[in-house]
Amino acid sequence: MGLTSSSTGAGAALSSLARGEGPLVALAGNPNVGKSTLFNSLTGMRQHTGNWAGKTVVCAGGKCRDGLTALVDLPGTYSLMARSAEEEAARDFICFGEPDTVVVVCDATCLERGMNLVLQTVETGARVVVSVNLMDEAERKGISIDLPLLSERLGLPVVGTAANKKRGRAELLEAIAAGGSSGGMRVRYPDAVEKAAARVEAVLEKRVNGRMDARWLALRLLDPDPSLTASAERFLGFSFFADEKLRTTLAEARLGLLREGLDPARLREAVVSAILAAADGVCAGAVSFKKERGSALDRRLDHLFTGKLTAYPLMLLLLAGILWLTVTGANYPSELLVKGFERLERLLDSALSGAPWWLRGALVDGVFRVVAWVVSVMLPPMAIFFPLFTILEDAGYLPRAAYVLDAPFRRCRACGKQALTMCMGFGCNAAGVVGCRIIDSPRERLLAMLTNSFVPCNGRFPTLIAMITMFCAAGRAASAASALMLTGVMVLGVAATFAATKLLSATVLRGTPSSFTLELPPYRVPQFGRVIVRSVLDRTVFVLGRSVAAAAPAGLIIWLAANVTLGGETVLTHCARFLDPAARLMGLDGVILLAFILGLPANEIVLPIAVMAYTSQGSLFGLGGLAELRSLLAAQGWTWTTAVSVMLFSLMHWPCATTLLTLRRESGSPGMTALAAALPTVFGAAACILFNLAVRLLG
Amino acid sequence: MERQIKMCSLRPGERAEVVSVEAEARMQRRFLDLGLAEGTEIECVGRSPAGDPSAYLIRGAVIAIRASDAAGVAVRVREGGKWA
Repeated sequence: MGLTSSSTGAGAALSSLARGEGPLVALAGNPNVGKSTLFNSLTGMRQHTGNWAGKTVVCAGGKCRDGLTALVDLPGTYSLMARSAEEEAARDFICFGEPDTVVVVCDATCLERGMNLVLQTVETGARVVVSVNLMDEAERKGISIDLPLLSERLGLPVVGTAANKKRGRAELLEAIAAGGSSGGMRVRYPDAVEKAAARVEAVLEKRVNGRMDARWLALRLLDPDPSLTASAERFLGFSFFADEKLRTTLAEARLGLLREGLDPARLREAVVSAILAAADGVCAGAVSFKKERGSALDRRLDHLFTGKLTAYPLMLLLLAGILWLTVTGANYPSELLVKGFERLERLLDSALSGAPWWLRGALVDGVFRVVAWVVSVMLPPMAIFFPLFTILEDAGYLPRAAYVLDAPFRRCRACGKQALTMCMGFGCNAAGVVGCRIIDSPRERLLAMLTNSFVPCNGRFPTLIAMITMFCAAGRAASAASALMLTGVMVLGVAATFAATKLLSATVLRGTPSSFTLELPPYRVPQFGRVIVRSVLDRTVFVLGRSVAAAAPAGLIIWLAANVTLGGETVLTHCARFLDPAARLMGLDGVILLAFILGLPANEIVLPIAVMAYTSQGSLFGLGGLAELRSLLAAQGWTWTTAVSVMLFSLMHWPCATTLLTLRRESGSPGMTALAAALPTVFGAAACILFNLAVRLLG
Repeated sequence: MERQIKMCSLRPGERAEVVSVEAEARMQRRFLDLGLAEGTEIECVGRSPAGDPSAYLIRGAVIAIRASDAAGVAVRVREGGKWA
């Protein structure tokens, strides 16, 4: 879910995962079996991990600890008969990426299903190593696995691992170095299928020329899948359809199958049933259960978190709790940072005492102040909210939220998985947009992408918190009240997501909801220490870099605008006056609207820019905390209605530049990107105007 | 005694055996991926607050499936309580 350079950047496209000098190894497996954790353990890298299916949407690449082997972490997939974009990516890499070895990672608590993928991977002719991961979890659940027996039956090297505890790491690295085996057990299909496949295989053999497994391709072509056919044709460099001999053989083979009563659907069932039966056969006797299968504790927790009466209240309570910790926890580091920056500013001032006024002004009043503001006021809440949210994710709560929210999303003709991408949006909208790849249906995926920025991302929290703290909540229970109000704002964002989704699916993105399956993984005790250390070290540093990179030039621009005069008035005054009428209608002022526009690169710089613009207009203002800021803003004519308008517009306006670029890349359509920018802006403007009208009428 | 019903009619706590899977191609493929095929034993383990989707234990994993999708799966339940 994280906002990191890899999740918001170009992502590692398959083609860019260049083969080094050493072997190329792919890490494949069902969703949520701990592939990313294993990847991190093998490479020493820090892919974001989380307890839900479909978290890895882009392939990540890295070097193994030996410094030679290139390792690729593929998105989770249940089978090589792909259905969604990320599964296609995984399948294409295994089948056509020519990896030297494929490590198939299985979940020890759910081994039969993993075997399904193992057997399918063996069929492609790949050299396979099996990693039975989550061994520690299986032991806790009273499941024991006879690894030597498995290895013997499969004809493959099998290594038991517990990636989060580094167990089995050395053995797995050894097995990878040994290269795995291509002599694994092959599934035997019903005679009719075998006969048809053999016919096609005979024709394919010469054409494929050892570049891929002819039997596997023959089986796939009997039940053609357009995306696989296209990938295979690209890889082999010839068209199957243009090849007359192949075409007629395929037609004859399919006809033969039909005569046996195997239409495409029956054929598929027969093929998969054979694989499932083989997988069951492999596991029978090798896996034994000391306790009843299925964790009673998990079921009890599910009863609580997804129960009719408790699900929604608990969801709100969790959200409010996290927000309360964020609001309360952010105060102290924020004050410390403000003090530190004040001291630094005095030092900087005296160092520049000999410099010309404009240089001192541009550097200290322009660049330094905005950067200091971003770091001291905006960063602490971001650095606290994110790890807290990651802990929820690690524990396995997010899929439950999607499960509970599927019904309302279905009513908006969307997919329940949109709840997952919406949750990712709380961290970062750009990451949320990339995450939409977990949604199979293109229409539903677009719905989720276009509405992602309706939930406030981490960068907008601090603005919301500052507004609430300064103008709405006061008194003894201020932080609890702030958390509650903030929860209200989030709920409003979720409500707006539903409204916008419904609106879109009634207009530009009409259609009926498609199917939906979602895995509810076992609850896990979150790895608190690791989550906190990693998110503070990796993410905070990244976010800090990005904000500073955006804030420094913005500070300079504002300072210049406030000090360069045109016709007796500053450029800033001109701009603000130009924007003022529209802004007033929404209960804002020209300066605030200008700050929102200049805040396009990163939302966390909006408020600092506005403050900077006000102070540069002549008022004397030290750095100071929120109390000083409140009096400054009040002097500029701010009231609680201004604060609420700012909150509404912050919640609903155009997404930041990173998100827009991501939307452009993910949707491939400039029109959809424009719509994604216009939609929240229209919602936000309308909400502000209506709010201000209502206040005027009532008050 | 046995009775045959749709998978979506299973009540939480009830276990059953899959008799047949009818679904459009993509959904069928997804069911098969999850290991939901003829003969598979499943258990309904819960319902979401709105009553749909429901959660099913399939081959050791809990999967949420909407009623409209589960309607295509016919299952056999032993009458008089839980699957032995």
